[in-house]
Amino acid sequence: MIRDITLGQYFPGNSWVHRLDPRIKIIATLLFLIELFIVDNFIGFGIAAVCLGVVIAVSGVPVGYILRGLRPILMILIFTFALNIFMVNGRVLWQWKFLHITAEGLELAVFMAIRLILLLMGSSMLTLCTRPLALTDGIERLLSPFKKIGLPAHDIAMMMTIALRFIPTLLEEADKIMKAQQARGADFESGNIIRRAKSLIPILVPLFVSAFRIAQDLALAMEARCYRGGENRTRMNGMKFAKRDYAAIVMMVAFLAVIIAESWLL
Amino acid sequence: MEPIIKIENLVFAYAKGEGREAVRAVDGVSLAIERGSFTAILGKNGSGKSTLAKNLNGLLLPTEGVIYVNGYDTADDEHIWDVRQSAGMVFQNPDNQLVSAIVEDDVAFGPENLGIEPAEIRRRVDKALQDVNMGAYKNKPPHLLSGGQKQRVAIAGVVAMKPSCIIFDEPTAMLDPKGRSEIMSIIKELHAEGITVILITHFMEEAVEAERVIIMHDGRVFMDGTPQEVFSRQEKVLSVNLDIPLAVELADMLRERGIAVPENIIKTEEMVEYLCQYE
Repeated sequence: MIRDITLGQYFPGNSWVHRLDPRIKIIATLLFLIELFIVDNFIGFGIAAVCLGVVIAVSGVPVGYILRGLRPILMILIFTFALNIFMVNGRVLWQWKFLHITAEGLELAVFMAIRLILLLMGSSMLTLCTRPLALTDGIERLLSPFKKIGLPAHDIAMMMTIALRFIPTLLEEADKIMKAQQARGADFESGNIIRRAKSLIPILVPLFVSAFRIAQDLALAMEARCYRGGENRTRMNGMKFAKRDYAAIVMMVAFLAVIIAESWLL
Repeated sequence: MEPIIKIENLVFAYAKGEGREAVRAVDGVSLAIERGSFTAILGKNGSGKSTLAKNLNGLLLPTEGVIYVNGYDTADDEHIWDVRQSAGMVFQNPDNQLVSAIVEDDVAFGPENLGIEPAEIRRRVDKALQDVNMGAYKNKPPHLLSGGQKQRVAIAGVVAMKPSCIIFDEPTAMLDPKGRSEIMSIIKELHAEGITVILITHFMEEAVEAERVIIMHDGRVFMDGTPQEVFSRQEKVLSVNLDIPLAVELADMLRERGIAVPENIIKTEEMVEYLCQYE
């Protein structure tokens, strides 16, 4: 059961969006996020939402699948919405004892909620349409100019790659340890929260030990396969911009221009 | 022809710890491994066989003595990568030697480290995955594969580096019988293609497939010869707590009953063949 967990929520596909260079997708996502903060009116959000909608439609990822990804932040969403709606002073629309809803509060609450939803949907499109490894590759390439100032771009990407590879392995290991402890009478389900937290110690300690053992084995295996850091290393899947990537750059610039113009004019 | 691996009076001692004497895991071993040969190294836990294996590609460096791999001294820093490219290594635990979350990217890891052209890496990866019958799984994440399949990916990762020699350090110890026979048949195929194979194992049934069997005991070479020579000296094999292959044991019992089983029968299949034709 525990092995079925999908990581990075990649949605396999072969659409135009999936095939874009990961570097483009990372930059586009960052720009989209920044734009959401530049925008200060609903028309701007409308433009952003339409653009996001087009990207989603092209990618072929079902909208329901993306919306399900919003579930973890539902509580935050409700909380900020409530906070905004009740806390802002202004023209009172409705009042009950000390609680009041103002027009400004309502507007701000809706505004923030839309921003949060777009923020999350936009960034989840990146992980949904990009293989985790392409993502780490992309990050490595984007960070490589900073190598000159001592940023270990290759090492960071390698660590992410290995983490992605070993999360399922460690989950399996945790599952195994848990079963072994349960077989010997450990109880993980009853008691208050402190007791339950305490009962995790017999899982965490062996898990750490085996993580170190795995790391040692892996380091040996990597060395045996001639790993010596990022120097002189080639990649099987070299990254090269295709026509669609240039097209994506043009679209990004156009989108940016429209958003800036829009918030300037209105 | 020059042997691919030449070991001259190798001593390897693990460093002294607190309250622990330095242990000589390998204690005065001299061996030559011929090009294209298939050698099995047998021994109980602590006999030094795994330590010996790790010395063969510079993962450990000799305390005393010298090892030459493809003519390169393993202790020579300048050629350490040549040594490791020449002598690839497959480890026991299939989980802990795969680096990447996608099968084909993992196979590409070695060649990428060697700085090979991307197009050539692609060719090698496809060929290596085909060699181990894992072509259909190239886009799968390793954690969804069985132990035997993972081990086949690990072998492909070494094959893609085009080594002249592959050292298998108990590659089947953690696998089920099906996975074990898959791995053995791949090892035999690789040997048939001309790769020198060194197989460290404690399964007798695997050792009889080799052309040469070396038994390690207390860090020394205890026996060395063809499987027929080694396993015909049963008492000596049994004296270091190793088993003898089932077929050899059976042949012996049959001989006691007056059936003249030929001396060269050591594999189970050979025994079956012989018995079926016996009149």
